[in-house]
Amino acid sequence: MNNIILDIQDLKVQFPINIGTVRAVDGVSLKLKQGEVMGLVGESGCGKSTLGFSILRLLRTPGRIASGRIFYHGRDIVGMSEKEVLKLRGRRIAMIFQDPLTSLNPLFSVGRQFVETLQTHEKGINKKEAIARAESMLESLGISKERLQEFPHQMSGGMRQRIMIGMGLILNPDLLIADEPTTSLDVIVEAQFLDLLADLCRKFNLTIILITHNLGNVAQLADRITVMYGGTLAEVGPAGDIFHTPLHPYTQGLLASIPNIKLDQPELTPMEGSPPDLVNPPSGCVFHPRCPQAMEICTRQRPPAFQKNGHQVNCWLYR
Amino acid sequence: MNYSPASALARVFSSFTSMGKKYGVEWWILVAGAAIVLGIVFMAAFPDIFTPFNPYDQAAGPQLAPPGGAHLMGTDNLRRDVWARIVFGSQTILRVSVLAAIISSMIGISMGLLSGFSGGILDRILSLIMDSVYVFPGLILAIAFAAMFGPGVINITLAVSVIYIPTYFRLVRGQTLSIKQELYVEAARAIGASSTTILWEYIFPNVIATTVVVFTLNVADAIMIEAALTYLGLGLPPSVVDWGMDLAMGKKFLPSGQWWLITFPGLMISLLALGFTMLGEGLAEILNPRLLER
Amino acid sequence: MRHLAKYIITRILLTIPMVLILLSIVFLVLRIMPGDPVSSMLGGHAPEKVIEQKKQELGLNEPMAVQYVSYLWQVAHLDLGESMVFKQRVTTAIADKLPATIELTACGMIITLILGVFLGAYAADRRRQVQDSMIRLYGIVIYCIPVYWLGLMLQLIFGIWLDVLPIAGRTGPRVFASTFEQTGFYLIDTLLIRDFAAMKDVMIHLTLPAFTLGLTLSGIFIRLTRANMLDVLKSDYIVAAEARGIRHRRIVYRHALKNAFIPILTMMGLQVALLMAGAILTETTFSWPGMGRLLLERIYLRDYPTIQGVIIVFALIVAGVSLVVDIIYAMIDPRIRY
Repeated sequence: MNNIILDIQDLKVQFPINIGTVRAVDGVSLKLKQGEVMGLVGESGCGKSTLGFSILRLLRTPGRIASGRIFYHGRDIVGMSEKEVLKLRGRRIAMIFQDPLTSLNPLFSVGRQFVETLQTHEKGINKKEAIARAESMLESLGISKERLQEFPHQMSGGMRQRIMIGMGLILNPDLLIADEPTTSLDVIVEAQFLDLLADLCRKFNLTIILITHNLGNVAQLADRITVMYGGTLAEVGPAGDIFHTPLHPYTQGLLASIPNIKLDQPELTPMEGSPPDLVNPPSGCVFHPRCPQAMEICTRQRPPAFQKNGHQVNCWLYR
Repeated sequence: MNYSPASALARVFSSFTSMGKKYGVEWWILVAGAAIVLGIVFMAAFPDIFTPFNPYDQAAGPQLAPPGGAHLMGTDNLRRDVWARIVFGSQTILRVSVLAAIISSMIGISMGLLSGFSGGILDRILSLIMDSVYVFPGLILAIAFAAMFGPGVINITLAVSVIYIPTYFRLVRGQTLSIKQELYVEAARAIGASSTTILWEYIFPNVIATTVVVFTLNVADAIMIEAALTYLGLGLPPSVVDWGMDLAMGKKFLPSGQWWLITFPGLMISLLALGFTMLGEGLAEILNPRLLER
Repeated sequence: MRHLAKYIITRILLTIPMVLILLSIVFLVLRIMPGDPVSSMLGGHAPEKVIEQKKQELGLNEPMAVQYVSYLWQVAHLDLGESMVFKQRVTTAIADKLPATIELTACGMIITLILGVFLGAYAADRRRQVQDSMIRLYGIVIYCIPVYWLGLMLQLIFGIWLDVLPIAGRTGPRVFASTFEQTGFYLIDTLLIRDFAAMKDVMIHLTLPAFTLGLTLSGIFIRLTRANMLDVLKSDYIVAAEARGIRHRRIVYRHALKNAFIPILTMMGLQVALLMAGAILTETTFSWPGMGRLLLERIYLRDYPTIQGVIIVFALIVAGVSLVVDIIYAMIDPRIRY
């Protein structure tokens, strides 16, 4: 059974500002299977976070979804009313963020924030039950239940991030969007966190979108990887394949620029050029100004998705 | 190029609107504020254009006449024309407030620069004193000064000026401290720039923009305090034409319904204060968009 | 809790230097005038001997330093001296009038807070829309309207033309304060003896003055609340709360406002100074028998000890409120104490 839980179709997200309109996400289509971990990678500004936010319609003004559809279990999120989206948030689809210190309200104890989440979505639940549920969630995350009375600033970074996951998963969603969750953690905590995520994913058959610019994270955890550039898709494929046989020139450049301790590299090979202007993106393929293999057609037309070796590549090289 | 007055006007108009598009509503607020201020300043400078009556003339018209006819804003109980008193009263209030603001700023800025720049014990003592004065209710301090100095234009100006000194001090000191630590100042020192040079060429220009904004708001506040003091009967002798005093006098006739005696002076005080405030707010946004929250 | 207690004690200790400076300022200001207080009070025609005697009595012949020290000593013992004009201790005169001012100021503050905070939060929520611009405009304009002029206009409209509200005093002609006066706070006093008719009268008399005071200062709170709310609404935890499906209104008025409120609270402490100033002007306009009117009365009578005493009390109130506000701040924001 195919079991596609999320189907993004030609999504375009834009930010109209005074100097023009920023095309943050410019026609992205993506399908997610139940239970898989999808790594969403790309450099800063490529649109991956914006894509993540759009799924739950959390875009802050002036951002808006200009066109496209996001089907969740067959229902289009873009067309839903505010009320219906509220029901999805936290309950069917959850999102956790980069900095857990600033993602938790500093004035309320952790326990209160759990209870609030529960009471928002389950009308009948009383405070005692809610606290009990929060306690058991904490237990499964390896945190003692006394911590519920504490305030966010009293905890360590790693613990806060686990609390964030706890709050995200307490209502058993089937999709978790994690926006750069390890960027503010140190390396050891990061590893533990990723293990935790993998564990949760298996236990609850959770689908995870892991948005990150850190390819290492993704290597460890992801089943499939989506590479984005300049608001468009570059390549989508199984994690191992993307690493070993990257097809899109951008992916190749990205992987080549990572310092590798095992190789004897006298110099690093960064990519040429600089990130694209999203207000006036280059014509045709967004990457063409920096692409070492750019062809004539790349300057004229946006490449559609081609299939090769089980990857989807948006590049004219694979026509 | 067309040099007729009509086209010159058109050019001015179009540059106004382009500024307006660029900065949004803040520009128009600044323009409105400037217009009000300039209008009233003009009125103070050329009172005879605005009224044929003398504000001291106690036979200008009938007693307590309501607005209308020859007397745009009516007459008071001493048969003086109210509009004339408004026109001439603008001189008093403008003189006192602007002068007070100038004195305030000069003292406050120089002390702030000195304190921020030298640091050490001088800075700590000055800051402590300034913080305490800052916290003290301004009007009460002004009342105390005015009560002690006695009535007079100079006296009231001094009384009003004292209150705002801490504001300039804190602002300038804060900026001086942060600029002092900037790398480019260290670099200047390293190549041998003297303290005076640093003060004048590095710190001062940065401080100016915010200071101008504070100055306009200072004038607005000074206007309010001047009017409050004279309303309370302090600060100026009854022989001077002043809006606050007219309010105090008109208050007596409120129960008998002679509303024009209090409505117009109060309106003018509000308008003048508003003008300067809008000027200041508009300037703040334009000079430094981060200064005010949007 | 231990942390909180430690913070409170530290804060109280820090208030002392500030109070000292405030007292010194008052001392200096009241001695800068040209001429001497006694001869101007006695009318300038009094014989030398009488002037000298009075001066001796009041300790005005001592060197400044001695006067300063004895002044501080007296204040520390809550002794503000005796009136030069009436046979009355300054502290008594003030204690008599203080409750009236506090009652007025407190009611004014409540009105300001309610108006300011909710309009400010609403404006932030409707940022860049019509409601926002209107509210901001209101904020600027109301600040520029002198409180006494607003009072006069409100008196004109509601007291004279419409004749629905009283324009002077704390009680009406048929209500006698002596029948219920205990604490001096009429709202409390009338409640204590359950005289609801009198209470209604007191409240009606409070209406115009309190509103006048409250309205003028609401502008500042609107701007402050709005600015803080805008900042807070950009925070990560707001997005995170949205991501958990919490309703917008709850997010704005609970999560955001509580966070935005803290700086507002601190500002409230500073605004007490403005409120006191406004109270003086309001009392004059509404013939309200409070400290403000006392101050002005005694200025006209050149009663320097009382003038000094009133100003000292104002200063101490400001310092005291600032202290209390900081403590409340620590109680609300747990980050401060740890």
